[in-house]
Amino acid sequence: MKTNARKYPFGAVAALLGLVAVPIQAAALHVAVAANFLGPLQNLAPLFERASGNQLIISSSSSGQLYTQIKQGAPFAVFLSADLDKPQRLESEGLTVPGSRFVYAVGALVLWSPKPGLVDSAGKVLQAQQYRFIAIANPQTAPYGTAAQQVLTKLGLWEPLNRDRKLVTGENINQAWQFAASGNVDLAFVALSQVLGADGTIAGSSWLVPQTLYDRIEQAGVIIAHTSEQAAAQVFMNWLRTDPAALSAIRSAGYQTAN
Amino acid sequence: MGSADLIALWISFRLAATTTLLLLLLCTPLAWWLAMGASRWRVLVDAVVSLPLVLPPTVLGFYLLILLGPAGSLGGVLQRLGLPAPAFSFSGLVIGSMLYSLPFAVQPLRDAFQSVGARALEAAATLRASPWNRFFTVAVPLASRGILTAVVLSFAHTLGEFGVVLMIGGNIPGRTQTASIALFDHTEAYRLSATLVAICFALLLIVYTANRRLRATGLPA
Repeated sequence: MKTNARKYPFGAVAALLGLVAVPIQAAALHVAVAANFLGPLQNLAPLFERASGNQLIISSSSSGQLYTQIKQGAPFAVFLSADLDKPQRLESEGLTVPGSRFVYAVGALVLWSPKPGLVDSAGKVLQAQQYRFIAIANPQTAPYGTAAQQVLTKLGLWEPLNRDRKLVTGENINQAWQFAASGNVDLAFVALSQVLGADGTIAGSSWLVPQTLYDRIEQAGVIIAHTSEQAAAQVFMNWLRTDPAALSAIRSAGYQTAN
Repeated sequence: MGSADLIALWISFRLAATTTLLLLLLCTPLAWWLAMGASRWRVLVDAVVSLPLVLPPTVLGFYLLILLGPAGSLGGVLQRLGLPAPAFSFSGLVIGSMLYSLPFAVQPLRDAFQSVGARALEAAATLRASPWNRFFTVAVPLASRGILTAVVLSFAHTLGEFGVVLMIGGNIPGRTQTASIALFDHTEAYRLSATLVAICFALLLIVYTANRRLRATGLPA
């Protein structure tokens, strides 16, 4: 090192500048994301890296677990939740950067079967009850499960389906999807983002549930107060909220956006 | 299989090897005491050691998290002392894995030491073998199959664990994301899955072959 520095003083200076410049130029940004948005975020990551030079380091789990981990001081800078509630709770507990919370995606609920022709475009298949099992995500813990419960209640099916033991509950929305995709249940309430193909079509058969039947599934994100990556986090959140390429990627993944 | 998967595999192996080594060092005296000791507390310790078998991994992980996290009771104290809190780091994974795999190390060792019995050790003592000498030249060879089982079970169990490391580690790529968690993030992870299965199978095959050899050389079970 010493001889090199003597031989190439300019190189040494450049290297030093580089060392100083690199952390600003290509900062690592630790993002905690709810499992249902992991796929879309993995697609967004290279776009953001190209736009900003910052690298996303993505950790994924259920929103509830991520919430607990953040409360215990997990080294995440940004939290993209699957709901509105957990970011709000973190905010009221003073663990987020004030004013950083916004709804980055609005989810859509779909009744889906991998079999073509089983689900009609008006969801009448639900009333006919010609199926053995229908899968939903856990209404207690998963936002899409709560939404599915609201839909079934509004259609007057929640009680009869429970009575006839036709409801299968997945721990999360991925499990509900797996039950149907593997053919173990006939139907499942899943997220549009799970079944929407890259070409914008849905394999099998599906019913896009009208928004009037369930509360909006708003997914909010926040910047965590104790992070040392504030600057990069701000850049990322601005980009996620306003960048046309980011917004269009979110929409083509099966979500609505506020902008 | 991308470079992130390879890194996750490497973290899994480092974790399994570190955990196994530390467990062997810690559990050998513990298992010896459980097998040979006369204390009436042994029953209680036996039950405590087996607790990770019945506790759901996420519950164990949750308590570890609120203990070892930067905002946790022990983690907070460590941080005020200028030391890093173990949660969300490799050391946190090791602590979690050691607890989670504890019964898999202690129980085979305890049973193996029990089967060595007091008589062989007393015979060695009458030949003036020192306690250490008795341990290493009599007990260890006689218990070798149990030790091997403890090593393999701890290693394999750590390799496959999910709930505890996800909770205590936070699934951070390059730091605390193990292969079993990386698998969960993929929807189609055939290659990583197949690699993990192949490695575990090879490992077990080696152990069972070695075990048969040990038996063939005439050492009692």
